[in-house]
Amino acid sequence: MSTSIDNATVPAQRSAKSRPASKQQRFADGGGALNVFSHGFLALWAVLIILPLAWVVLGSFKTDAQINGSAWSWPSSFGFDAFGRAWTKGIGGFFLNTLIVLAGSVTLTMLLGSMAAYVLARYEFKGNRVIYYLFVAGAMFPVYLALVPLFFMVRNLGEITPLLGLNSYAGLILVYVAYSLPFTVFFMYSFFRTLPTAIHEAALLDGCSHSRAFFQIMVPMAKPGLISVGIFNVLGQWNQYILPVTLMQPTTAGEADHSMLAQGLVNLALQSGYKSDAPALFAGMTIAMLPVLVVYLSFQRQVQSGLTSATLK
Amino acid sequence: MRHGKYPFIVGFLFLPIVLYVGLVLWPYAQTFGYSLTDWSGQSQEMNFVGLANYGKLLDDQVFLGALWHNLFLLILLPVVTILIALFFAFMLNVGGKGGTGGVQGVRGAGFYKVVFFFPQVLSIAILAVLWGAVYRTDGSGLANGILIKLGLATEHDPVQWLSDPDMVMWCVLAVLVWAGVGFYLVLFSAAMQSIPKDIYEAALLDGAKRGQTFFRITLPLLWETVQTAWVYLAIVAMDAFALVSSITPGAYFGGGPDHHSELISTYLMRGFLRNGQAGYACAMGVVIFFFTLILSVVSLWVTKREKIEY
Repeated sequence: MSTSIDNATVPAQRSAKSRPASKQQRFADGGGALNVFSHGFLALWAVLIILPLAWVVLGSFKTDAQINGSAWSWPSSFGFDAFGRAWTKGIGGFFLNTLIVLAGSVTLTMLLGSMAAYVLARYEFKGNRVIYYLFVAGAMFPVYLALVPLFFMVRNLGEITPLLGLNSYAGLILVYVAYSLPFTVFFMYSFFRTLPTAIHEAALLDGCSHSRAFFQIMVPMAKPGLISVGIFNVLGQWNQYILPVTLMQPTTAGEADHSMLAQGLVNLALQSGYKSDAPALFAGMTIAMLPVLVVYLSFQRQVQSGLTSATLK
Repeated sequence: MRHGKYPFIVGFLFLPIVLYVGLVLWPYAQTFGYSLTDWSGQSQEMNFVGLANYGKLLDDQVFLGALWHNLFLLILLPVVTILIALFFAFMLNVGGKGGTGGVQGVRGAGFYKVVFFFPQVLSIAILAVLWGAVYRTDGSGLANGILIKLGLATEHDPVQWLSDPDMVMWCVLAVLVWAGVGFYLVLFSAAMQSIPKDIYEAALLDGAKRGQTFFRITLPLLWETVQTAWVYLAIVAMDAFALVSSITPGAYFGGGPDHHSELISTYLMRGFLRNGQAGYACAMGVVIFFFTLILSVVSLWVTKREKIEY
């Protein structure tokens, strides 16, 4: 899909060159007037997107007085002190927490999600449809519905093994996986259905085991689907806010703060800690924004087409 | 080939199902049960009170206000976002000068697609902090800064944005639209790319105007994608919690000024985590559930149309 976006305009341009001039007059409406308008709107929207982002990045180089004085002040010097202060106030730790949880949760979501989807899509057994619809139904319901019991369930899990309780990485990972499963199963199910059966059957006839056929034949063949749903899950779990706010609070005063980046940033913005240090807050935002923007700019084709196809399934 | 099939199936399904049932379905079911109790959440002590919590909700002015704000976003967010995204997508894909090069997008379409998508990759919490700074009520916020530059506001009398009861929901809506348009633009673009170009060329040769090609060709062929976008935006509208709880004024989960931006979810979280009303909060969760259920049924029913093959 990513290549089709660009290729589609190419034939149109080529045919334009070969087309005789007289034929161009045949279009009753060339869209000239509209074109000026559209460029105006498009440029305006681009400014609306870029201006706030650039303003924040610039803000991390300003002094407190400059930020509080006027929106249009220009930084007097480009030092990185504010970044250092933001990092030591916790942004660094929150970043690390998020990376740890995401590494675990995305890997597990993809593994468990495609395993379940594969079995449901390719094997006939009793209860197959029931389990499939059970998974699909979960994608519909808002997480708020489960929030209160979920909190106590995770707290109780923590009493059995502290590793899975409130404010624990592993606990949050499992919750992320559970709530990402419905969509992952739904998407990968339809993907596995479209894959040809012949190779798989041949392998099984040659004595390949079921699980080996999955890992060595089906998973490599399903790579495009896995990438789409993988991007979807990375962005979805990166964007997650309500689950960490509910589950990742220190239960006792001395406990380490395992806040996710988004949650920690909001806490810092709301706490008075940053009220007197606006540049550090802007630097914190920049630290949280820039890596994602850089990754996005490098892989924007894959991200756009991955998200689009994941949504359209 | 049959050998070892069942152990394999059980082995592959066991963990996903345990996780999903234990952490998703079971809590969902529990919420219904708890909503019938007067549970505070702190102790395990609770009494069965029947539908009392639901009766209380009907008399709760804050809750009814929150319900209204949810409806506000539910209706306006999809309408505004889809209209702007469709307009931009049309410009970027078929809005270029038709006279010189058949049907193509405007110049710089690739650049716009990349830039408009930016907010989609930023966490909603980052957007919340960012817009909190933009909407500052003194002259140093970006929004007021622009108005002051344009002479539409003064340093001494800046716009109160999020502190103004009449404006706060519009400010929230603006952020959600700002963040969403890029994604739906790309979604619609992908769908438009799959419409054969000859249809447009034929229509234009027959003397159709740009606007006509949009309403007679593009929109009908895009209908299914618009439907998908509608459902996704409705989910986003129900999920405006992160934004509202962190940019609007009010202690614990925002909702201010004076509940003028309260959502069911912010009210639920405050009741649950701060006010010791776990049972009451669960009743609100159930209301959100029925809200979503009705919404999906209605949207499927309203947008039902025959699929056009091409």
